[in-house]
Amino acid sequence: MTMTHGFPRGRAAIVGAATFGIGKCPGISAVDMAAKAALLALADAGISLSEVDALYTSAPYEALGGMELAEYLGLTPKVTDCNRTGGSAFEVYVQQAALALDAGLINCALIAYGSNPASNPPPGVGMTRQSPWEAPYRPLAPLSSYALAASRHMHLYGTTREQLAEVAVAARQWAQLNPEAAVRDPLTIEEVLGARMVSDPLTVRDCCLFNDGAAAIVMVRADRARDCAKAPIPVLGAAHAVTHREISSMPDLTVTGAAISGPQAFAQAGLAPADIDVVMLYDAFTITPILFLEDLGFCPKGEGGRFVSGGHIAPGGGLAVNTNGGGLSCVHPGMYGLFLLVEAVRQLRGEAGERQIADARLALAHGNGGVLSSEATVLLGRNETL
Amino acid sequence: MSKPEAEWLAHLAGGRFMIQRSRSTGGHVFYPRVAEPGTGAEDLEWVEASGEGVVHAVTVVRKKDPADSYNVVLVDLAEGPRLMSRVDGLPADRVAIGLKVRARIIEEGDKPLLVFIPA
Repeated sequence: MTMTHGFPRGRAAIVGAATFGIGKCPGISAVDMAAKAALLALADAGISLSEVDALYTSAPYEALGGMELAEYLGLTPKVTDCNRTGGSAFEVYVQQAALALDAGLINCALIAYGSNPASNPPPGVGMTRQSPWEAPYRPLAPLSSYALAASRHMHLYGTTREQLAEVAVAARQWAQLNPEAAVRDPLTIEEVLGARMVSDPLTVRDCCLFNDGAAAIVMVRADRARDCAKAPIPVLGAAHAVTHREISSMPDLTVTGAAISGPQAFAQAGLAPADIDVVMLYDAFTITPILFLEDLGFCPKGEGGRFVSGGHIAPGGGLAVNTNGGGLSCVHPGMYGLFLLVEAVRQLRGEAGERQIADARLALAHGNGGVLSSEATVLLGRNETL
Repeated sequence: MSKPEAEWLAHLAGGRFMIQRSRSTGGHVFYPRVAEPGTGAEDLEWVEASGEGVVHAVTVVRKKDPADSYNVVLVDLAEGPRLMSRVDGLPADRVAIGLKVRARIIEEGDKPLLVFIPA
C-alpha cells in the first residue's frame, strides 16, 4: 500500500453507513436528522460517539453550520470541515478524511448530513447568491443551467429527449427494488416525454426530487477498521476538480470536471472503468449521468445518450447505475452526495436486498455540485481488492 | 482601484456595451473583474464590444401561459468571452444554437439590460 497519485490507497476505510428519514421527515429539524443518521452510522460500525474526533458536515441553510452538529452531539472535533461545493462536498470529505486519518491528525471521522425541505421549507432567501451576470435573464436555478448543457450535448452529439428519459426510467426501476426509495410507482419513457416541460429540453420528470433525508458514514484507518462490526470498505481513490461556478463560465458545456477527477481517482486506485461493478452518479437531472458516464470513461464522449438506451443502466442492463433509485426517484434533499456513498457501501457489503448486484467488489461514487461546477470521484472496494 | 461591476453598469447606462481587455496578453474578459482569469494580468482596460455573437446554447423557460415563456441563451462573443443573455425579436421556440446575433441595450424594470437580436 504505497502513496500513489497523492492518495493513501486503502489506508482508510468506511466502517459505518446509514440513512434516516428518507422521503418525508416532518416535525423535527435538519440537525435532528443529521444526528439520528450519525448515531445510526456509528452503531452500524460498532464505534462509540466519544471516539469521533473529526466532523465533516454540510448544514442546509446555515452559513456557520459547521459547528452546529458538533455542539448538538457534544463533540470536540480536532478537524471540522463545512465545505461549500454543494452536493459534491461529501465525496470531498471522504478525500480529506482519508488524508487526515493517514497523517495521524485524526482517528475517527464522522461525515453527516440532514435536510428536510419537503417538511420544513427553506426560508425565502437561500444560501446561494444570485449572479448579477445571470439573474436579469431569469434562468431557473439550477435547472436552466443544466438545460443549457443538455441543449449543447443534443446539438453536438444528437442526444435525444428519449435518451434523457431513459435515465429517469432506469432510476425509477431501481427505486422499485428499494423499499427506502421515496417514489416507486411505474414510469415510462412516454410519461417522461409527455410531462410538463420546465426548461427545454428538461421536463419535470427529468428533474431530481426535492424531499427529506439524512445520511452519515464513519471512517477510520485500516488497522482500526479490522475491529469494527462489519467488513470495512476501503477507500481506494478520491479526487476532485472545480471548473467554474456559473454555467456561463463553464469551459466546455459538454465536458465536466469528472474528466479530471475520474482519471485521477482511477490512477490512485490502479483501476479502470471496466473494473467497476456499481456506479453511483449524481443525477440532479437526467443529463448529468450521461455526462459523467462519458467523462469517467464508461463510454466515449458523445456516446452517453446511446449508452443509456434500451435499459442499459436499468436493472438487468449492462451496467448497474444508481441502484438506490438516485436523486431522481429515491432521495434528494438539496445536497445528495452522501447518499451515493451509503448506497455504494451497502452494495459492497451485500446489504442491498432485491437490488443487490451479485458479488459487487468495486464501486464508484461521483458527486456533483453547483451547476456541473464541482466534481468529485470516490472509488471504494472490499478488503480483497486491496 | 477599479470597480468592475459598477463601471460596467455605468457604461451600459450610457448606452455602451463594454468588455475588458488585457494590455499585455490581448485577451478579452467578461464578466468584468480585477484581473484576467488564468493569467492574473491586472492591466485591464475597457474596450467597446463589437456586439457580434453566436448562440452557443439555449433553453426556454416554460410558463403556464405560453406567451409568458422566454428564452435564456449563452452567447459566444466575437471577442471570445461567453455570457448569459436573451434573444429578443424571435419567438422563443425559434432561437437556435448557431444563430448569429447582435447586442442591443434595452430598458427593463427601469434598468438598462444587455440582450441580443438576430443579426
